[in-house]
Amino acid sequence: MRAPTRSTGEAAVGLPRWAFVPAAVGGLFVLLPLVAMATRVDWSSYWGLITSESARAALLLSLQTSAASTVACLVLGVPMALVLARCRFPGIDLLRSLVMVPLVLPPVVGGIALLYTFGRRGLLGETLEVAGLQVAFSTTAVVLAQTFVALPFLVTSLEGALRTAGARYEMVAASLGARPTTVLRRVTLPLVWPGLLSGAVLSFARALGEFGATITFAGSLQGVTRTLPLEIYLQRETDPDAAVALSLLLVVVAVLVIAATRRERGPL
Amino acid sequence: MRTPLAAGVAALAVMALAGCGASASGTGDAGTTTLTVFAAASLKGSFEDLAAQFEAAHEGVDVQLSFAGSSDLVAQIQQGAPADVFASADTANMDKLVADDLVGDPQDFATNTLEIAVPPGNPAGVETLADLASPGVKLVLCAPEVPCGAASAKVADAAGLDLRPVSEEQSVTDVLGKVTAGEADAGLVYVTDVAAAGDDVEGVELPESAEAVNTYPIAPVADSDRAELARQFVDLVLSSEGQQTLAGFGFAAP
Repeated sequence: MRAPTRSTGEAAVGLPRWAFVPAAVGGLFVLLPLVAMATRVDWSSYWGLITSESARAALLLSLQTSAASTVACLVLGVPMALVLARCRFPGIDLLRSLVMVPLVLPPVVGGIALLYTFGRRGLLGETLEVAGLQVAFSTTAVVLAQTFVALPFLVTSLEGALRTAGARYEMVAASLGARPTTVLRRVTLPLVWPGLLSGAVLSFARALGEFGATITFAGSLQGVTRTLPLEIYLQRETDPDAAVALSLLLVVVAVLVIAATRRERGPL
Repeated sequence: MRTPLAAGVAALAVMALAGCGASASGTGDAGTTTLTVFAAASLKGSFEDLAAQFEAAHEGVDVQLSFAGSSDLVAQIQQGAPADVFASADTANMDKLVADDLVGDPQDFATNTLEIAVPPGNPAGVETLADLASPGVKLVLCAPEVPCGAASAKVADAAGLDLRPVSEEQSVTDVLGKVTAGEADAGLVYVTDVAAAGDDVEGVELPESAEAVNTYPIAPVADSDRAELARQFVDLVLSSEGQQTLAGFGFAAP
């Protein structure tokens, strides 16, 4: 074993050679299914399949709802991460575990839970209906489902970033007389910017792929609730070529989103 | 220190492999034979009954049932899944396997028609097909791409109605789920689904459903190693006892 040489910074520790084998297998495991799918695409009709009216409606709806749920995740998730990372009170560990629940819950279960909360006969449904808000079968229901499953991604990334950054600079700023909001805006958020960005991207990607909670809770209607994953699942019934074409489109969109933010963030 | 752990893992792996081997071969130590039946999801209750009858009449035979959407089952059989009998919810899916020479002669064994399902108490007061088109009624249908949706469209067309559903679901189960949860005021599902749902939904009879009668065919799978047993299972389904069992679950005779 080689001793870590920290002095130069440049000299890498060096990985044990054996680690490359499982790493390569793991990489193939992720890439091969995507390649296999790409080989099944009927390229001559690809453009027609992904620009059909139903496909365009589904893609547009997916992008809009995912953007809306990412905003909702930021609005709710940033304060949640701040509380979890900076506050000390009894029960916070339990709270931290509960926030992670949607991460491990099968999405269908999430959909059922949302149904019993926001559905017409749900816990809040009647109140909402009296207020003139009907969530059932609306685009709002899609955004709720996506936000529910995507929120933990933002909270975890940001909480991790906040813990790594530590509170030293915040304390210095506060001791110099900065108010809490100023500290948050001028010190904390700039420090954890990469974590916040990657959390937002993860949330967007998770929202884009959301399927189970949406189909259980929101329904499926072109232009209103039928997002791209639902459209793919439906097309599979009658037109497997279209389903494969749309699947590849979804992969491309997801890769583009991730690549765009990587470039903006630069190598970390 | 590591040896006992490694030995334990190895033993587990061997046990797991042995377990797989026994079930895959179809004949276990006690001389039991496994007959695998792939059946459309809507046949769940009735085929569980029929399988129990078949096992009672054939000692040492274990009937394994696999329920899913007919198109999923067709795809699985096309990819070489080990099925002995296939029962489809529509002729179109069975025809795909006939075209590929993957099944023997299909025979029709049941029919099913559509019915209106409403939540208990019928909050929207749906009495006829025409009521489904009224603006205040939240209607849920199957998507036209799936068989129940195609049947719904046929019934609506024949009645000259323009139905505007709030959602076009993937399967009849999803439609039923939205109705039982009270999210939707009405949905079009099969008579057998209303029967199976019990008190969770109420059925509103639909005379227009005669426009779209769904026929269920059954056939032995061509590659089956247990062709004789498969034929006997098909015979049971077509026999008067089999037909009686199906009728008990709401199916009509072909």
